[in-house]
Amino acid sequence: MKVMAQLAMVMNLDKCIGCHTCSVTCKQAWTNRAGTEYVWFNNVETRPGQGYPRTYQDQERWKGGWELNSLGRLKLKAGGRIKKLFSIFANPLMPSIQDYYEPWTYDYDRLFSAPMQDDTPVARPRSLITGEPTKISWSANWDDNLAGGPELAPADPVLRKVSDQVTLSFEQAFMFYLPRICEHCLNPSCVASCPSGAMYKRSEDGIVLVDQDRCRGWRMCVTGCPYKKVYFNHRTGKAEKCTFCFPRVEVGIPTVCSETCVGRLRYIGIILYDPDRVVEAASVPDDKALYEAQKSVMLDPEDPAVIAAARAGGIPEDWLEAARRSPIHKLIFEYGVALPLHPEYRTMPMVWYIPPLSPVVDVLSGTGHDGEDAGNLFGAIDALRIPIGYLAELFTAGDPAPVRAVLRRLAAMRSYMRRINLGQERDESIAAEVGMTGEQVEGMHRLLALAPYGERYVIPKAHAEQGAQLEELATGCSLDYEGGPGMNGPFGEASGMPAPVAVENFHALRERQSGDDIDEAHRLRGRVNLLNWDGKGTPDGLFPNGNGEKRS
Amino acid sequence: MNALDVVLWVVAPYVALTVFALGHVWRYRYDKFGWTTRSSQMYESRLLRIGSPLFHFGILVVVLGHVGGLVIPKSWTEAAGVSEELYHLVAVVLGTIAGVATLGGLAILIYRRRTVGPVFSATTRNDKLMYAVLALTIVLGLAATVMANIVGGGYDYRTTISPWFRSIFYFQPDPSLMAGAPVLFQLHALSALLLFAIWPFTRLVHMLTAPVGYLTRPYIVYRSREEHRTGARAPQRGW
Repeated sequence: MKVMAQLAMVMNLDKCIGCHTCSVTCKQAWTNRAGTEYVWFNNVETRPGQGYPRTYQDQERWKGGWELNSLGRLKLKAGGRIKKLFSIFANPLMPSIQDYYEPWTYDYDRLFSAPMQDDTPVARPRSLITGEPTKISWSANWDDNLAGGPELAPADPVLRKVSDQVTLSFEQAFMFYLPRICEHCLNPSCVASCPSGAMYKRSEDGIVLVDQDRCRGWRMCVTGCPYKKVYFNHRTGKAEKCTFCFPRVEVGIPTVCSETCVGRLRYIGIILYDPDRVVEAASVPDDKALYEAQKSVMLDPEDPAVIAAARAGGIPEDWLEAARRSPIHKLIFEYGVALPLHPEYRTMPMVWYIPPLSPVVDVLSGTGHDGEDAGNLFGAIDALRIPIGYLAELFTAGDPAPVRAVLRRLAAMRSYMRRINLGQERDESIAAEVGMTGEQVEGMHRLLALAPYGERYVIPKAHAEQGAQLEELATGCSLDYEGGPGMNGPFGEASGMPAPVAVENFHALRERQSGDDIDEAHRLRGRVNLLNWDGKGTPDGLFPNGNGEKRS
Repeated sequence: MNALDVVLWVVAPYVALTVFALGHVWRYRYDKFGWTTRSSQMYESRLLRIGSPLFHFGILVVVLGHVGGLVIPKSWTEAAGVSEELYHLVAVVLGTIAGVATLGGLAILIYRRRTVGPVFSATTRNDKLMYAVLALTIVLGLAATVMANIVGGGYDYRTTISPWFRSIFYFQPDPSLMAGAPVLFQLHALSALLLFAIWPFTRLVHMLTAPVGYLTRPYIVYRSREEHRTGARAPQRGW
């Protein structure tokens, strides 16, 4: 048995209010650059809805992920190695910018520069692709909150699978939000699709990354990923994707999307798994068996045999400890409420979801029933075929049984905890009905509703003894690299070697050491670098000059 | 043989090939991040799906044809029982088809680049220069073939141009071989030398990293953080 560690995430969809804070902070952190205007490493979709890019879940069209060939072996749905190389000159399965959306800005200058006139000047939208005036007709969440429902939602590929007779009348509509990031799969089809070998899975923590120096822009990863979570930067001509905020998790803090999540619905932790059994598990013939197959690849961190194999494989002790405390492992195994997104793509995704019970509760309450009574909820879960069928298409390849089991557990938790809240006796029979004990139900409630930061995010740090390798300075001079400081490449703004952060520090240090006095030394040549400013003092240029007077 | 011949057929080839080789080494060391096809497929794919395969497969056949004509000596093909007439027929027919496909593909691509707004605004001056030299080389090459073989009575470049080409790599360049070649062939060779000289500094570099390794590597690539250092360069030894 070989043991590897994987950083994984679980999102509790019941708590998502669709505020897009995760998307916005992620964009500010990672994709607020030219060439990535249309890119959202994290996006929040309203389901039912078309998603971003439009209808990406329709794999008959986009051919993402893996499928089984006639011999029952895994092959890339978009075609094997030879076919890939022959279609390299024009990828027939590449989404166009219109499938995402054409990014735009507004002609704000017009508001100031317009001549005096009777009408108020208007900032017209301009395409960020062509620079021409444009008509905004789509975006990453155009169908937010079921906007345009009757016209847009029927194109949802998941909805189409569930039923022909879905009525999208607003009285019967159900709706929930689905935040999505890269799945950091155990069997990533984007990595398998990359002709250059530039994409890789980090062996320490399983994060899937693109080596920007080796990517040649062949665009096969965009096709290969069934979740369409690898993006093409049209300015640099390289693929980019969610990095699981590796600079943050390496020092033990959660990803930006998790950190800023208003609903506190994200959990991050370690999962131990056996890489040698991934392909076997991803090749089980029945789509509906993939959920259990993926669980079978994950290992029990308490098992002495697993611990011994992990130690032999060089996994540090604090990582094993983190694996034992992992909220992810608890949610998947002990409480059994987390499910993978689209296991039928056979990529073994590692961002799992707790399906939402709220559509069921809403329907119950809306019809005048007690939405927190266990009996009512259990009955409603079975009776409301469409939400269950829809969730099953998302999370279990269409098998309603696991989704029903999860929802019953969530319903049981609601009823059980309500009794406690109202000062009634604990009713063990509610817990027993869903195969849990009262203690487990309370533990699950604690993790889902109350858990503080340190319990939601159990992230072991990258190792101190490897610190020297993470450091760019070491013992040499920070300017001792090819080209020296201030080099701008002849192939555009992004060419050449990256300027080390240390160069910035070098200038600051030199100013401080060679300045005439302390006051002058921290002026940083009249410029303020907010990255260097530690929040103390008031560097020149940061605040308006007060001339010693108090600002009013 | 005069000084001009020496400059054109001895100095120029060595300068171009040196720039080609060292330029690639320099670009690879200096600008790995800029080493890309810079695909514009996101903006437009209808024209690209016709033009790009037409051009690329065409140019691959053209390259193979050049290898056959320039690198393999005439004596070898004759020893293999391929007569001059047979060779000539195959070369002219294949070469003309591939050349026309390449030129047609290039025409579609250039038309697309000029007329599709987002593609045009993503075109740098560097790209424009490259397109001009590339198109010139292809047009001259096709013209030389057509003029010599279809309009004229045929020209056996395997007794003049090919030995000259090989003589460069033996380091015993013989400019007199090239000095007598038809002017279209001479111009084609010169524009090709110019193309080689600007090659490492344009987007053409993507050709040198054609992903043939994909055929043999395992599907899933694992890499350790240790070999992927976040700094600008590897830490030096501490002693």
